[in-house]
Amino acid sequence: MSRRPWYREYLKGLWEENPIFRMLLGMCPTLAVTTSAVNGLSMGLATTFVLTSTSLVVSIIRKLVPSQVRIATFTMIIATFVTVADLFLKAKFPAISKALGPYVPLIVVNCFILGRQEVFASKNPTGRSILDALGVGSGFIFALTLLGSIRELLGSGEVFGHEVIPSWHPWVVMILPAGAFLTLGFLVAAMNIIEERTR
Amino acid sequence: MELLLIFVAAVLTNNFVLHYFLGICPFLGVSSRIETAVGMGLAVIFVMTLTATVTWLIYHHVLVRFGLPFLEYAAFILVIASLVQVVEMFLRKFSPELYRALGIYLPLITTNCSILGLALFMVLREYDFIEGLVFGIGAGIGFTLVLTIMAGIREELAFADLPRAFRGAPITLITAGILALAFMGFSGLIRV
Repeated sequence: MSRRPWYREYLKGLWEENPIFRMLLGMCPTLAVTTSAVNGLSMGLATTFVLTSTSLVVSIIRKLVPSQVRIATFTMIIATFVTVADLFLKAKFPAISKALGPYVPLIVVNCFILGRQEVFASKNPTGRSILDALGVGSGFIFALTLLGSIRELLGSGEVFGHEVIPSWHPWVVMILPAGAFLTLGFLVAAMNIIEERTR
Repeated sequence: MELLLIFVAAVLTNNFVLHYFLGICPFLGVSSRIETAVGMGLAVIFVMTLTATVTWLIYHHVLVRFGLPFLEYAAFILVIASLVQVVEMFLRKFSPELYRALGIYLPLITTNCSILGLALFMVLREYDFIEGLVFGIGAGIGFTLVLTIMAGIREELAFADLPRAFRGAPITLITAGILALAFMGFSGLIRV
């Protein structure tokens, strides 16, 4: 069991265990849906919902699950909450659901969700597990929104649909797949530099 | 002709890695040596072909027939997990070297989003059985192609004198970006 002060369980997800910038997990949705800041943010929220609900359930049943079948059990719990999130988005926010397309169901195979269950929720009490999930989820939302904002800004001169740079000549490549790889590459490098400076 | 289009699209123009960003984890993780890249690629082609066949049958003959399409995600992930398990047992018995070389990445095929993505795209685009099969093989070959190219580049990059902040993941991502730009050259080939 983890012995950190409780607020550290939340804060560590933002930076030192940030899934995108430090752990490099969950890359597929990160690169695919961040064509705009709104898409990045909604993907982040949906993933955080699934992660937190799964951590809640897993930490409650952690003593009942035999370790041989734990991965399968975790995956089924994740799949259930992804179905909930998917149906909710389809019913309430059809436009976002359409923009995210098959990447909502693909949250099932987002590696850091399973990773948090394996590393944390299956070994810690419920309160800490929820804080941990919220922290990692916030780190993910932060990364996705940042990446989405940069790509949207350079790709169309707007952020969240508001014009930021007037008469910007759009770099179409930023909206295309290649732009996702390049932006994330430079962002991770920037994060490495920040990490080195602050240490 | 239709089948050829599906195949070429899956391999080149709508490549799973460079166009849909599916399977990025193994793409970043296993691409440091050509040999392991090819091994991983072969495992993925194999699992993808099987997945395409089995999930198509299960979706159309079990889920749709009994009115349960909302169980789609749970059913697919179960099928994939069991398939990977079978492949793992098979490899351990018949090719221990490849089994050791793939190491942790073989069980990780379960959480390789390209496999689940394949099943989802197949349902979304309403492919029939043969189209689904061709799509599965094409996607697997496309994945292997890009993974091998990437491994070739990274073997050379290992000797490059890079700024410290760019070593490891950042330079791999940037290389992938340039590779994606190169693959855009194929986009005039066909439209999907």
